[in-house]
Amino acid sequence: MHTAEKKKPAGRVWHLFVVIVILTFLLLPLLVTFLFSISTVWENTIMPLGLTFDAYTNLFSDERFLFALGRSFLVAVITVALSLIIMVPTIFIVSLYIPRLEKWLQTVVLLPFAIPGVVAAVGLIKLYSSPPFAISGTIWILIGVYFIIILPYVYQSTRNSLRSVNAEELMEAAEVLGAGKSRAFIRVILPNIMPGIIVASLLSFSIIFGEFVLANMLVGGSYEVVQVYLFHMLGTDGHLSSATIVTFFALIFILFALVLKFGNRKPQAKLPSDDGKEEPA
Amino acid sequence: MAGRSTSQHKIRLLLLIPFLLWLFAFLLLPAIMMVISSFQNEGGQGFTLGQYVKGLTHPLYTTAIKNSVILSLVSALVGITVAVIGAYSFTTFSAKMRDRMLNISNIMTNFAGVPLAFGFMILFGINGMLTLLFKKLGLSFLVFDLYSWTGLAWVYIYFQIPVAILLIYPSLYAIKQEWKESAALLGANTWQFWQRIGVPVLLPAIAGTFSVLFANAMGAYATAYALVTQNFNLLPIQIGGMVAGDVFPRVELGSALAIILFLILAIALFINEKMLRLARKGQ
Repeated sequence: MHTAEKKKPAGRVWHLFVVIVILTFLLLPLLVTFLFSISTVWENTIMPLGLTFDAYTNLFSDERFLFALGRSFLVAVITVALSLIIMVPTIFIVSLYIPRLEKWLQTVVLLPFAIPGVVAAVGLIKLYSSPPFAISGTIWILIGVYFIIILPYVYQSTRNSLRSVNAEELMEAAEVLGAGKSRAFIRVILPNIMPGIIVASLLSFSIIFGEFVLANMLVGGSYEVVQVYLFHMLGTDGHLSSATIVTFFALIFILFALVLKFGNRKPQAKLPSDDGKEEPA
Repeated sequence: MAGRSTSQHKIRLLLLIPFLLWLFAFLLLPAIMMVISSFQNEGGQGFTLGQYVKGLTHPLYTTAIKNSVILSLVSALVGITVAVIGAYSFTTFSAKMRDRMLNISNIMTNFAGVPLAFGFMILFGINGMLTLLFKKLGLSFLVFDLYSWTGLAWVYIYFQIPVAILLIYPSLYAIKQEWKESAALLGANTWQFWQRIGVPVLLPAIAGTFSVLFANAMGAYATAYALVTQNFNLLPIQIGGMVAGDVFPRVELGSALAIILFLILAIALFINEKMLRLARKGQ
């Protein structure tokens, strides 16, 4: 039989074929969207009749788009900031000092995965579209629900960094050196888990920028974010739509590249081996 | 000492309060309101099972449920098959190439919802690039109507593939080349290897990924909504129309349908878990 024959030529050709077909299929819609955004007229021909960057000039001079972009940014910044301020201490406290709550916290933060946006929207509309809490149609309801949606990512990144920098030993060391608990957390733990926090923020940003269902159902036109703007443009202007999608994806690329950069960075804390109990140098 | 640690414990619990409040306001309370609303009659009064009866017997809604379940099963099945074959092919390349391919696939998980609908319109719409190209090349059998169920199935399969690759890749990567070699030394051919070793080892991961994909498609709303506004009779589209539609809202029926959707996901997960346990015992 073919013992230990690692690279049969037929196998190589097959794997190459599979990879090319799948990646082409995945990239094709984005590539044609880009092509459409730089086309002059592309209606009933296989290829566009001419090329131009007008769509981008028009897009970035369209006030409605710029406002939508600004709103998406604002929602993302406020949500991520609040999430970090509240969740990082919460995760830190639970994982170091109240371990019996850890299982519960893990389950709770995964709930958003089990609840589709449409389902979540129903209860939120019911609760928040009439007094006393009529925040439906405002930025506040989006911040409220996006906080929940990004929980899994914030939890995972923060928890992993706490584990990889060995937070428990860092705290002990800082306390031995005379720092109080809160001071030790701010001065020692936070700087060490920063790469994880940055990754969590970047992932959250890309999720909030791409979210459409809740934005459309909960606030729609009264606080128009980028995805809702795109939806409204879809029927009216193909060039602006395609330019919006490419801009959105350029942003996703940048965020993704940053995630890779920070995600691969090794923890900066110099630590003894896992079994050793000596203080960090 | 004891006094100090109890006060510290109190401070720690106090710091958890903002998170608990947030959970309560934007997860727990809305869920409770939805459950209550699903048992009310139109107008939000009384107690009735009528909304559930309507949701589970009226042909409009039973068809929506059926359509959603079939579309989700088909797209999850095709998606995972393509992903297993594709992700395995990924593993045969050098580490650098492998990472690049995975990065491309992973980033394309973001190409969903409204942008995806647009991309498919340019490709496969009536005057779409590939539609025209296929016609010109005499490959008319490749042309499909994007605004039909076939078209929608293609779109769903598209967004399932990168998610499936993301989830299944680590397990495929764990299939050691040495196992294949040992199996080959013992006289097994490739087919026998996958049948006796590869697939059984992968089964838990495949089943888990399948349920995530099923849930992913069951809850998907944006793409179908953007493709042809509310023309497809799917469960999420019905729910969306009822609570946020331009027509007069029927939040109570919408709540009942939303809970039916949630229960279908729960049941699917439960069956999945059971079958997995059986499969493990069978080995």
